[in-house]
Amino acid sequence: MPADRLLPDSDAADLLALTREIARDELAPVAAEHEEQARFPREQFRLLGRSGLLGLPYDEKWGGGNVPYEVYLQVLEEIATAWMSMGVGLSVHTMSCYALAEYGTTEQQERWLPDALGGDLLGAYALSESHAGSDAAALSTRAVRDGDDYVVNGTKAWITHGGVADYYTTMVRTSDDGGRGISTLLVDASTPGLTAAAPEKKMGLTGSTTTQMIFDDARVPADRLIGPEGAGLKIALSSLASGRLGIAACATGLAQAALDEAVAYAKTRTQFGKPIISFQGLEFLLADMAAAVDSARATYLDAARRRDRGLPFVRQSSVAKLVCTDAAMKVTTDAVQVLGGAGYTRDFPVERYMREAKVLQIFEGTNQIQRMVIARELAK
Amino acid sequence: MPNIVVLVKQVPDTYSERKLSDGDKTLDRDSADAVLDEINERAVEEALLIKEASEGEVTVLSVGPDRATEAIRKALSMGADKAIHVSDAALHGADVIQTAKVLAAAIGKVDGVDLVIAGNESTDGVAGAVPAILAELLGYPQLTHARKVTVEGSAIKVERETSDGITHLEANLPAVVSVGEKINEPRYPSFKGIMAAKKKPVETLTVADLGLSADEVGLASAWTQVLEASPKPPRQAGQKVADEGDGGVKVAEYLVSQKLI
Repeated sequence: MPADRLLPDSDAADLLALTREIARDELAPVAAEHEEQARFPREQFRLLGRSGLLGLPYDEKWGGGNVPYEVYLQVLEEIATAWMSMGVGLSVHTMSCYALAEYGTTEQQERWLPDALGGDLLGAYALSESHAGSDAAALSTRAVRDGDDYVVNGTKAWITHGGVADYYTTMVRTSDDGGRGISTLLVDASTPGLTAAAPEKKMGLTGSTTTQMIFDDARVPADRLIGPEGAGLKIALSSLASGRLGIAACATGLAQAALDEAVAYAKTRTQFGKPIISFQGLEFLLADMAAAVDSARATYLDAARRRDRGLPFVRQSSVAKLVCTDAAMKVTTDAVQVLGGAGYTRDFPVERYMREAKVLQIFEGTNQIQRMVIARELAK
Repeated sequence: MPNIVVLVKQVPDTYSERKLSDGDKTLDRDSADAVLDEINERAVEEALLIKEASEGEVTVLSVGPDRATEAIRKALSMGADKAIHVSDAALHGADVIQTAKVLAAAIGKVDGVDLVIAGNESTDGVAGAVPAILAELLGYPQLTHARKVTVEGSAIKVERETSDGITHLEANLPAVVSVGEKINEPRYPSFKGIMAAKKKPVETLTVADLGLSADEVGLASAWTQVLEASPKPPRQAGQKVADEGDGGVKVAEYLVSQKLI
C-alpha cells in the first residue's frame, strides 16, 4: 500500500503521481534482476532525467524543478521504495549539483548546471579517502596549481557512481592548512589522468557502482574551482547536511517497502488455520514496524520544512539521518522475521532490503558521527 | 504542418477491479481508478512524433464525464497543445454510433483538420468500432489498426498488421487513423510538462453546443444496450499431466485439443 502523504499543493500531488507511475511501471519490475546481476541502471536514470526528476530542488532558471525539499524528498522516498539503488543514486546526483548551485559563480552555473539538472548527465560526489572517512579533513588528494590548471594526484574512495558518472564534485587539498586547506573541483569524467578502480564487491546496493577514483596527474582547468580555495570543507559539510536528508528519505522508503511486503505476506500466509497477521505476536511486530516508518517520515519532513523556511536544520538533519536509517535497519530485519524461512531466501525481496539497509547507518556520516553532530549542536 | 486531432478516453484502470452499475449496466465509474486509456497514450505519442517531425498542432478530443479532464490533462502534459472536452449528462450510456456522431460534430469545430488519430479499441468497451464509424461520418478515408504511420506532405501511409501479413494502406489527408499496441512506446510526461498542461486551453462543450439534440444521444436512444452482466468465473485449477515418458506427447495432444497448435 503506498504511503499516505500530506502534500502542500496539487502540483506536488501531480509530481508524486508521476513518480509513482514511473516507479511502479519502470523501476520496481526490473530492480531485483539488476541487483542480482550487479547491473547499473543508467537507462533508468535517463528516464528520470527526461521526466524532470534529476533536478527537482534546484532553480527553474537552470532547468530545475524549483520544488521544496519537503516535496523533493518524498519523490526520493517513492523512488527508494521501488528501488533503493535508484533512490540513493538520485540523492547522490542531487548532492553532486549542490556545490555548483550554492557556491558557483553565475558564469559557472550557467555553463554547467543546465546539463547537470537537465537529466542527460549523472553526477558523483567525491569526499572520502581510504584513511579519511569520518575524519574528512584528513584528506590528502592534492591539487597543485600549474598555469591555468590544477594538477591532481591521489585516490578518492567509496565513490557512488564511480566510473559511470559524467562529473565528480571532488574535494581536494590545495594547502596544508588542515580543514581550511581543502577546495572543491568540478571534475569532468573525461579528464585525462582520471580513472576508476574495479567496483567494490558490496553486501547490498549491488546495482549501484561504488569505486575508488584515481587521479594520476589529472589536469583540471582552474575555472572548475567551485567557491574560493580553502572553502572545500565548508562546502562539503554544507552539502552533507542536505544530503543526509536525502538518505533519511531513502531509508524511510526502504522501510516502507519492507513493511508493505511483510503486511502483504502476513495477510495471505496461514498457519494454525488463520492468516498469521491475526496472531498477536506478529500484530505487535507489524505495528511497531509501521510506527517506525511513520515516525521516520515525520522526522525527515520536519527537518525538510525547516530547511525550506530558511531555518537552521543541521541538528534536525542529523537526527533524521540517525532515526530513519536505524528505523530502516530494524524494519527490514523484522520484515525478514515476518516472512520466516521465505524471507531468508532470494525468492523474496526482504533479505535484499535488509542488506541494503545496513549501509545507510554507515555512509553520509556514520550514525556515530550523527550523534557527534547532534551533541555539538546541543553544546552550542 | 499537419493539424492533428487525437481522440482520448478515460477508462477504469486495468489494475483495479472493474464493474458495471447494478441499475442500467453502464460502467460504474466510482468503483475503479480512472486513467487515460493506454492505447490512447500511444495515439497521443504518435501525434506528437508527427508534430515533432513536421510541426503542426495537436488537439486532444475527449467525450466523457467531468472527471475525464484528468485524462485530458495527462495527454496535454505529454505535449499536446490544446483540448476539447464534450461533457453532458445526456451522453450517459451512449453507444459507439452516438459517440462517433458527437466526435464528428466536435471535430467539425476544429479548423482545417488534417489527421484524426485514435486508439483501435478501448480497454473498457472494447467495441473497436468508433474510428471506422467516425471516418464514415466525416467522409474521410479510414486507415485502421496501424502499426506504423508515415505522413508525407498531403499523403499518409500506414502499415496494418493482420494474421495474413502486413497490409500497406495509402490515402490523402484528411484521414482517420487508428493505432494498435505495436505503434510506439508512449513517453512519460515530464514534471515541466505537467506544470505547462495546467495552462493549456481546454474548451468544454455540451451536446447542444455541437448542434445535436439530447434525445439523439445517451442510453434511451442507443442502438445497443447491455442487458446482462456476470462476473468473471473464478480461475479453475489447471490440468495436471503426469509424465510417464510420454509427457511431451500428452502436452501436445492437449494443445491440439484446445486448437492451440
